[in-house]
Formats: sequence, structure tokens, C-alpha cells
Amino acid sequence: MSRIAGCFADLAARGRTALIPFVTAGDPDLATTVPLMHAMVAAGADLIELGVPFSDPMADGPVIQRASERALAHHTRLRDVLDMVRKFRERDAATPVILMGYLNPIEILGYAAFAAQASAAGVDGILVVDAPPEESGELVTSLRQAGIDLVYLLAPTSDEARIRTIGAVASGFVYYVSVKGVTGAGHLDLADVDAKLAEIRRLIPLPVGVGFGIKDAETAARVARMADAVIVGSAIVGRIEALTMKPEHIPAAIGDFLAGLRAAIDGADRA
Amino acid sequence: MAINHAEAGSEAQGQTQSAAQSGAQAKVQSVTQSEDQTAAPSEAYHWPDARGHFGPYGGLFVPETLMRPLDELTRAYARYLQDPDFLAELDADLRDYVGRPSPIYHAERWSRELGGAQIFLKREDLNHTGAHKVNNTIGQALLAKRMGKTRIIAETGAGQHGVASATVAARLGLECVVYMGEIDVARQEANVYRMRLLGAQVVAVKSGSRTLKDALNEAMRDWVTNVDNTFYIIGTVAGPHPYPAMVRDFQAVIGREARAQMLERLGRLPDALVACVGGGSNAIGLFYPFLEDAGVELIGVEAAGEGLASGHHAAPLCAGRPGVLHGSRTYLMEDSDGQIIETHSISAGLDYPGVGPEHAWLKDSGRARYVAVTDEEALAAFHTLTRTEGIIPALESSHALAQVAKLAPTLRKDQAILVNLSGRGDKDMHTVAAREGLTL
Ligand SMILES: Cc1ncc(COP(=O)(O)O)c(C=O)c1O
Repeated sequence: MSRIAGCFADLAARGRTALIPFVTAGDPDLATTVPLMHAMVAAGADLIELGVPFSDPMADGPVIQRASERALAHHTRLRDVLDMVRKFRERDAATPVILMGYLNPIEILGYAAFAAQASAAGVDGILVVDAPPEESGELVTSLRQAGIDLVYLLAPTSDEARIRTIGAVASGFVYYVSVKGVTGAGHLDLADVDAKLAEIRRLIPLPVGVGFGIKDAETAARVARMADAVIVGSAIVGRIEALTMKPEHIPAAIGDFLAGLRAAIDGADRA
Repeated sequence: MAINHAEAGSEAQGQTQSAAQSGAQAKVQSVTQSEDQTAAPSEAYHWPDARGHFGPYGGLFVPETLMRPLDELTRAYARYLQDPDFLAELDADLRDYVGRPSPIYHAERWSRELGGAQIFLKREDLNHTGAHKVNNTIGQALLAKRMGKTRIIAETGAGQHGVASATVAARLGLECVVYMGEIDVARQEANVYRMRLLGAQVVAVKSGSRTLKDALNEAMRDWVTNVDNTFYIIGTVAGPHPYPAMVRDFQAVIGREARAQMLERLGRLPDALVACVGGGSNAIGLFYPFLEDAGVELIGVEAAGEGLASGHHAAPLCAGRPGVLHGSRTYLMEDSDGQIIETHSISAGLDYPGVGPEHAWLKDSGRARYVAVTDEEALAAFHTLTRTEGIIPALESSHALAQVAKLAPTLRKDQAILVNLSGRGDKDMHTVAAREGLTL
């Protein structure tokens, strides 16, 4: 069983909804990311999504775009991101780490080489925003051989046929994008999300995480009642941005924010 | 003009006849053949495949939210290409609103001065709004209307595609938002004002390199958000399937006309076609109906900026390598980590780090040849054509002209080069004046 599958099985047994924070690797600098990852786990994160910076993040809103720009300003490369995961693994062998980003940095390295290096570094899953199943056959093969899960997005526009197509190749969990829009976009309609999750669960046996548009503890708690995982990105990255001049304060500040989300989710899980 | 109108008529007929046939390929090929019996058989070239691939290039590399809307677009496009009403409306608009067919002009004086091949200009600069871009926006806007979309968005570099989009939006009463990099907004202010006059909202994009690629990113973000009521009119043969094929088909009217016009004028096809390549839409529009004509050399001209060796250029086919950006796999300007690098060209319309996937395929397959000319060479050609023929070309088109100036003297006087004069230079007055230290 992969580390991701094991993690979700364990959470399910304890009746607990996963909290998955997203941060961009190398934002605001290379040194902050690993301590931040540990602080997030200490504050109650169950899995971590680590954004691989890209020059043209076409599915991201302004907050995560700027995080990418900050990380690229000092040349955070894919291999630096893998180094961070390797370093994180020295002290944490349990928490699954998922890399999230765009295809081109992986493409230039070569799928097989990337899969081998990512696996050696301790990466558990990959989410490539611009590689739908139709275009990711070879990538799937390489990642499977290396024992890495390929996590896919599902959207409000995904119909039954698409949900099935994705279900046939996804592993680990699937990530439901709760709004039509970019990361950090507007408000999610919980009734719509609930209906769509029911459809997804009927067609795909994997755990389902919900993200995009979850900004506060209250929304996190309400999503926790429906989903297997609550994914929070822009709300965290926005707080990092406010502290770029004081990076040493970032792990504690983000830890505090996540602890609040964790408490709200736990409250929902008990209810 | 009388002859030209007759040709437009026969073309409309060709399109209507083709309505019975299936698929975009069949349609484009049949139009070509109905005009000229000597056209080569069409089995050989059949790209893209059903999923939008040109060999290893092209495809559909987009976020999940756009997969179904793109599928809907692909279906709608395939359907309306066989709808006689749609094709009749398109033809009528191209004739009455754009002013097609555009003439072929023999640049006799310039040919004489260069002392080699005879040079013919395909006058896309005479189209309404001043460039080839409108051929495509007319087609896509008609499609948007048929699909019930009330809002159109577009990205633009030089502003020509933005103007062409704002123009058709005004005419059809559609809301229009144009994304334009902040740097391009500054260097193409006349076009920005034109778009605003036409009722479009121009959004200056401040992210990334603040040029065309970032405008495209921002338009994609808008589309993901407003996909229910919004049609994204991409301005070149880049982007995810079906855009590269669809934009090519709408622009192929250039090559269909040119082929018939050259046959009529010379009794044979030209020896070489030359066109500038930004995303590649004016080039593929000219080349496509000639792909099966093995005797016609196809030459695409990229922007070498300050020179390929300087690294300050926009020539992915000449100096880049394959990767994935903006929905398709194609040649890109990227660094060794797969980050897209900033491009440079004096012409905003060529300042783009990618290129349409079909050009990547034509390059690898050897059917077309791609070269690059510098800012200086393009400027020299700009002045030469202006002074020699009384035609002020767009800086983009001037890149193609600069290549013609190199090629023509190497050919015989009885040979012919057809160059796509993709647009007029009115929008570039400020840029050219600034190079000479003047402010207008
Ligand atoms: C006059 C003109 N020619 C050429 C281009 C380049 O585009 P493409 O390569 O798609 O023809 C532009 C783009 O703005 C243009 O305005």
C-alpha cells in the first residue's frame, strides 16, 4: 500500500478528515520550506502538497502566481524541490508529500528520470495540472513503475464520462476543484459540491479531497462533513506573502493558522 | 477586381459543396481541389489526428475544467463546418466586411532592384482592421454566436488580434475583454485606444514577462472562471486542440486565394512562399493549401531579435526545443529547468516563446524550413518596401520581407516568390520613430 493510501486508510479508521496544506516550494526562500513543512505537520497537517514553481502557472490565481514568481526569483528548480523532500524525510517518514505543478519542468527532465529521482527523494504523489489522462499515458507508466501515485483534478465541468476516464488512471486520491476558476477564486457553493461528490464517489473508489476557495475554519469545517480531505492553498500562501520580510516567523504563523483549521475540522468530524 | 470577385464566388461555391463531406480536413482539401484540378491528392497530409496531435506535437494539455468545454468546441466546430448557412455567412462576411479576396501585387520595382526572382505580395494588409487576424476572428465569432456565448475574450500582442476581436464583438453585440501584457500596452498604444473605441475592455497584464505569453495565461484564467458564457478567441495557431486546426482552417483562405491567383497570373505556382512566424497563423494560412505541392518551398521567418547568439530573440523553431506550454506540445524558448524564458523582438506580434504545433511538425518532417531575421534586418526591409513600393508594412511582416531580400537575388528572374504581407505598419509608427530617436 502506498504511503498515501495508508494515510487515508488510517484516517478513515479513526473517523478523521485529512487536512492538506499547499505551499509553493522555495517561497519566500529555499531555507524556509522544510521547517515550514515540519511545522505544518505539527499543527495537524496529514499530507502536504508542495507546489513546484513554474513561469506560466495558467491555472493559478494571483496569490499563487506571486509565490511562483518569488520562488523563481532565486531559481528554485525541480531538483531543489526534490532536495527539500529528501531533507524533510530525514525527520518525517510518515507524512505523504505530493508535488503539484505543471508538466514542462517534468517533461524536460524526462518522465522516467523524474519518477526515479522523485521516488528516491521520498515523494509519494504527483499532481500535474496540465496533463489530463488523455496526455499522460507515458507519465502514468513511469510513475507507477516508481511506486508514485498520480493524483488528478476533477472539476464542476467533469461529466460522468470524464470522471470514469480519470477514475481509470488515478491513484492515491482525487482532488475535486470546488469552483470554476483558478486557485484562490471566489466562493464555493456547498450544495453543488455535495451533489458532485456523491456522483464522484459513485464512480471512483478513491478518497476525495476538496480544494480551491477554502479560506477559513468555518468553510473547512463544512467541507470536512462531505469530503475525505480539505485542501487549503491560497489562504496559506497569502499569509506567507505577508511575512516575506520576516521568513523566520513563517513556520509558527502558518502553524497557528493550520491549528485553527484542524480544530474546526476535528469539531466537524466529531459532530 | 472583377476577376477577384469571380474567384470569391467560386470559393463560396466550393465551401458549400464541401458541406456534404465530413470533417475539417475534407472541407479544406475539397475547396482547394474544386478551384484547381492540378491540386495533388490529399491522402498524404492528414494532421491533426482526432485528439489534436501533429505527429508528437499539439494535443490537449489543459486543466481539467477546460476539458469538456474544449470537447464541446471541437464538436461545434466540426458541426458548423458542414453547415451551409454557417459557411455562407462566413463567406459573405469575408467578402463584404473584410474585403476579400485580398489582391496579389507584383512588387516590380523591388524585384528589379534585388535583381532576382519576381516578388509577389499577398495583400492581407488591405483587410479591414489592417491584418490577416480578422479572417480568424470573423470565423470564431460566428461560432461563438452559434454556440450561444455572450462574451468573448482574447489575448493580444501587437494589438492586431485584439482590434480584430473587438471589431467583430462590436458588430455582433458581444461583450469583449482583451488581455494584453503591460509592456505591449505601452508599445502599441494606438491599438489599445482603437480597442477601447470599439467598446472592448483592455486589461493590462502585469504578471510574468508582461507580454503576449502572459496575456494568454490571463485569458486562460478568465476562461476557466467564466467558461459557461464565454468564448475564448485565440489569435494564432497555438493553444490546445481544436485551436491550432480551427485557426488554420479559418486562415487557409489566404492560401486558397493565393494559389488560384498565382495560377491565374503566372499559369503556375510560385517557387517559394515566405511568411513571418509569431504563433504561426498567417504562415500556416498561406502554406496549408500548398502542402501537397512539392515544388513549392515553404519558408517561415522567426524573429531573431538582437541575433540568435545574443539569446535575445523569439525564435523557438530555430533555437528552442520541444516542451509543453499553453495547451500543446511544441518548440519553446525555455531554460534547462523547463521554465519559459523571456523573448525579445522589435515586433510585439512575434514576441512569443512558443509556436503553433503544426509548424513544429512541418519543421521536423522537413516540409517547411524556418529561418530567423534580426530587428535590424526587419527594420531595413520595412524602410525598403515603404520607399520602393509605397507600401508601409507591419514590423511582423517586415521579417518575412527581410528574408525575401536575402532569397530573391539567389533565384532566377523567371522564378517567383510569394510573400505574405500579413499586416500594415500604421500601428508601428511610434516604434519605428523611437528607433530613430523621434517621438510622435
Ligand atoms: C501583422 C501581423 N503579422 C503577423 C503576426 C504574427 O502572428 P502569426 O504568426 O499568428 O501570424 C501578427 C501578430 O500580432 C501581426 O499583427
